[in-house]
Amino acid sequence: MTKILVDGIEVDVPAEYTLLQACEEAGVEVPRFCYHERLSIAGNCRMCLVEVKGGPPKPQASCAMAVKDLRPGPQGAPPEVLTKSPMVKKAREGVMEFLLINHPLDCPICDQGGECDLQDEAMAYGVDSSRYAENKRAVEDKYIGPLIKTEMNRCIHCTRCVRFTAEVAGTGDMGAIGRGEDMEIATYLQSAMTSELQGNVADLCPVGALLPKPQSYRARSWEYQKTETIDVQDALGAAIRVDARGREVIRILPRVNDAVNEEWISDKTRQVVDGLATQRLDQPYVKENGRLHPASWERAFAAIAAKVKSAPAGRIGALVGDLAGLEEIFALKLLMEKLGSVNLDCRQDGAKLDPKFGRASYLFNATIAGIEDADGLLIIGSNPRQEAPVLNARIRKRWLKGGFSIGLVGEQADLTYDYAYLGTGPESLLHFIEHNRVAAQKRLVLVGQGALARPDGAAVLALAAQAAQKHGGVSDGWNGFSVLHTAAARVGALDVGFTPGDGGLDAQAMAKTGALDLLFNLGADEIDVEPGAFVVYIGTHGDRGAHRADVILPGAAYTEKSGLYVNTEGRVQASSRAAFPPGDAREDWAILRALSGALGRPLPFDSLTQLRAKLVAAHPRLCNIDAIERADPAHIRALAALPASASKEGFASIVADFYLTNPIARASAVMAECSALAQGLAKARLKQAAE
Amino acid sequence: MSVRRLAEQQPDAFEFTPQNKAWLDQQIAKYPDGRQASAVVPALWRAQKQNDNWLPRAALEQVADALAMPYIRVMEVATFYTMFNLEPVGKFYIQLCGTTPCMLSGSDDLIAVLKRRVGPQRTVSADGLFSWLEVECLGACCNAPMAQINDDYYEDLTAANFEKLLDDLAAGRDVNKGSQSGRVSSEPAGRLTSLVSLYGERDTSDGD
Repeated sequence: MTKILVDGIEVDVPAEYTLLQACEEAGVEVPRFCYHERLSIAGNCRMCLVEVKGGPPKPQASCAMAVKDLRPGPQGAPPEVLTKSPMVKKAREGVMEFLLINHPLDCPICDQGGECDLQDEAMAYGVDSSRYAENKRAVEDKYIGPLIKTEMNRCIHCTRCVRFTAEVAGTGDMGAIGRGEDMEIATYLQSAMTSELQGNVADLCPVGALLPKPQSYRARSWEYQKTETIDVQDALGAAIRVDARGREVIRILPRVNDAVNEEWISDKTRQVVDGLATQRLDQPYVKENGRLHPASWERAFAAIAAKVKSAPAGRIGALVGDLAGLEEIFALKLLMEKLGSVNLDCRQDGAKLDPKFGRASYLFNATIAGIEDADGLLIIGSNPRQEAPVLNARIRKRWLKGGFSIGLVGEQADLTYDYAYLGTGPESLLHFIEHNRVAAQKRLVLVGQGALARPDGAAVLALAAQAAQKHGGVSDGWNGFSVLHTAAARVGALDVGFTPGDGGLDAQAMAKTGALDLLFNLGADEIDVEPGAFVVYIGTHGDRGAHRADVILPGAAYTEKSGLYVNTEGRVQASSRAAFPPGDAREDWAILRALSGALGRPLPFDSLTQLRAKLVAAHPRLCNIDAIERADPAHIRALAALPASASKEGFASIVADFYLTNPIARASAVMAECSALAQGLAKARLKQAAE
Repeated sequence: MSVRRLAEQQPDAFEFTPQNKAWLDQQIAKYPDGRQASAVVPALWRAQKQNDNWLPRAALEQVADALAMPYIRVMEVATFYTMFNLEPVGKFYIQLCGTTPCMLSGSDDLIAVLKRRVGPQRTVSADGLFSWLEVECLGACCNAPMAQINDDYYEDLTAANFEKLLDDLAAGRDVNKGSQSGRVSSEPAGRLTSLVSLYGERDTSDGD
């Protein structure tokens, strides 16, 4: 630790800290454009100039000079940094003037206006008039993909976007071509970016050069109602802010949560918004003569009540989809208890996860932040880049630090980091268990749903546990056995035990013709329910589930309700309502409560608060919001001891198309465009490989 | 300097000759594993040499593939350094210095010659022999004005001897590299004005 004076405030910071970090430690704000704490240091905007005593007698870029570069004073006095001296003010004003030479004065028509770093800093360091009569530089706008609109005249060459795609996203899509005044930010020959995290470059851009294309000219930043909530597009539960204007959600931005998403979100999380407004179910429907007709809530409930009367308890079932909140899952479970049915399932993909193996058997025990502590990684039947792009960026971050051996069993794919390919299926996994020579003390064994959603999934789970047990995955203080979920609702549903009771049917069995008379489907759209059963679909979009339904009860999407979600690590998180459901649609727990009344078996709560009280009373750990309760690693050892005989079939990743994994994404035109682009690219690659 | 883009007319493919490929592999081997990208400038330079002094798109991609770099990284390098031509050039590619010392010594006359004989900058003459570009100082100011034609410097140019030089090149005759006025390297034009005597001897020059 080194002492340093920042504007007279003495702080004690590690010697390798940059002056800028030391200034932040002292609570002094330093303006910056190119510096970003999660990217490498470029030092090219020069906005963070400070005056130093104990270093060169000229303004220094504080982002690029370390505390250890400064010498102490004659009597051992600590080196000094001045950020408010006349020299600093003059230097920064000079830098600002240079930046503004070529920056257009189009703030009134710029979407960044109101949340623009350059605009804000110009308020502090800009001068009131220009000394330049020369023409401004004109730069062609580039196509860089369907999510980012470019306005290259505004670019100030901070290169944050270039560093992001090279370092965090790992695709190296963007670059700076040309030099000097003619430098331009571009992708290779105006090709679209290929990263699933490309939307983040618009957030990183300190000016209005890179803007989110779907939100072009939709609203000004100060018009939004901002709601801090949680994402449900994948099982990470990334921290997001939902910006709504009036009743409509316009955009979704990341929030900082170092434990989960740092400050990145995937493109699906960000740009699924237009799917929230299209294909919505906004009133109940009842099927008559093979066609769905709009109906009142009373008629819909009456149709269900009639069915419940005639169906024996053993032939009633319930499915929970991927986006449901804990409250409605719990409410549906209570309703099923009242109806006397044990046919419950939340694993519509058929994943062989079961709470009976212990909570550790279905959690990402290493935790997302824990990836950075691991020294080895074995990926089994997963493509993290498709299943959780933000988590994949975390793996890449760990890989870049070095000393991290990665092995993959399953489908080969470009994961943005190098790995040793071990084979396709359970045999290769067995080979790893028997013959692995790459030592690791803290190995992370990442098990994807692709390895579990198959008939021998339980055996694969046991094999994965063996791999973890035998090769440094489970030890004192480290539990590296980690299941990567793809559904936001899954861990929560497993936590409250939404799985078949004694003699109950699982999802696949329920979907078979003749298995059930009545099926309650709470937003499960990824499963084909065969003809036969009377299906009550509670959901948001006119997707697969609604097409198969006999009664549709319109529910609320994740931005339209407050709910609890448990992410893949077992972290309980609360979401908040940012907008209201459209038309007659209601929050799902309220639908279930009203339905229970209509069925003559009222559930014991009348408000969300009462429901949450019941939920927490039944499952006390769910009241620890934002906390993870570690699961007992003994369960992994027990799991590893189970006999396991798996088939020889190779693992396939469960996410075939990253952009279209749920009904909201499938309703989104932006996601459809991204998907078409990605599929086209994949085909072209296959063709090239074939040649 | 101006914005540089890839040429509009591009050949379909580019392939290193076996000799160049072997040479490139040698260059790559100089660098530690994972640092092959360090060989990007030599690789591009050799590709340019092989391809009549300019780099087509296919060559950029070939180099990127050979060095396991994203295409845009190679594009950055190729557009940054003006030594890489992104458009076809003449068989004799003339880089004429127009910086102050050369300009004061008459480079404007040479520009007039080129404009008349070859045409505007960045265009290849009809016979495919010449193209030219005005560049910044090439560091031979003692022998101003000067031009670099392909790999060689031609110095002490005048409109007349430059014209003759171009004629000779076009006709395939041998030409003298370096000074065209007959002086040796950058010795003073005319006669020596300093260091005319050995140490201790009387200065026999009538210098001031």
